[in-house]
Amino acid sequence: MSEVTVRKQRPKHLALNEIRLPLPGFVSILHRISGAGLFLCLPLLLALFGNSVGSPESFAAYKETVGNPFVKLILFGLLWAYLHHFCAGIRFLLLDMHKGLDLAAARNSSKIVLVVSIALTLIIGVKLW
Amino acid sequence: MVSRIVVGAHYGFRDWLGQRVTAVFMALYTVIFGINALMLPEMSYEAWSGMFAGGFMRFMTFLFFLALFYHAWVGVRDIYMDYIKPVGIRLALHVITLFLLIGYAGWAARILWRL
Ligand code: HEM
Repeated sequence: MSEVTVRKQRPKHLALNEIRLPLPGFVSILHRISGAGLFLCLPLLLALFGNSVGSPESFAAYKETVGNPFVKLILFGLLWAYLHHFCAGIRFLLLDMHKGLDLAAARNSSKIVLVVSIALTLIIGVKLW
Repeated sequence: MVSRIVVGAHYGFRDWLGQRVTAVFMALYTVIFGINALMLPEMSYEAWSGMFAGGFMRFMTFLFFLALFYHAWVGVRDIYMDYIKPVGIRLALHVITLFLLIGYAGWAARILWRL
């Protein structure tokens, strides 16, 4: 037998365009994207929160800002990001505790995460606007 | 001699654990927040700001922000480690992120204690 040693290339960086994702992988990358999106939008969220609780005047300004359709759209996206990150995060915590690790369960729970977070986004989104 | 290149995200048990502890706390807070928000009689300035004026909610909300910033620090750093190769740029991003998050913590404190 010939010895073939494939040296692993380290450090490893991911070739994003070559990866085909199964459902749990999809949930996982959305978890990352939602986390990054929330992080990038923290100044917006803090500013809005600050205005909403600052004073009656700033509350009125806050109302006007979130009344803007463009802002609404962003906040709708962030609402989904938070809810997806929340649901997927809880799923990861359970996986960390070795709950639901087999393939069928993992596929199932990733489906649940996708559906529940979208459903919650719609319910809360419609209720708020 | 062992020469090892430390590589990839998720190194460091303390950070890993910290990210999970903060995640659990934020999840709990999210539920508490949701219940409180649902119980608001109306969406007025008084009712909404009043929700955060009580000692318990103010304290929990501030803890939520601190948990969030620590959580985001670990998480965003993991992301940089996966995708940003040049050490200089990565270091710069780390520093910028760290200062941003510390700034946000001060901002959050100011918001909550001016209520
Ligand atoms: C209820 C709230 C939250 C829960 C339960 C939660 C849960 C988690 C968990 C379990 C992880 C680790 C995932 C892994 O290592 O594979 C994680 C990663 C992360 N979280 Fe959160 N999180 C929450 C809120 C947030 C918020 C508000 C932000 C944004 C500022 C955020 C940003 C991140 C980032 C950037 C990562 C790294 C993602 C990655 O490495 O792929 N998280 N979160």
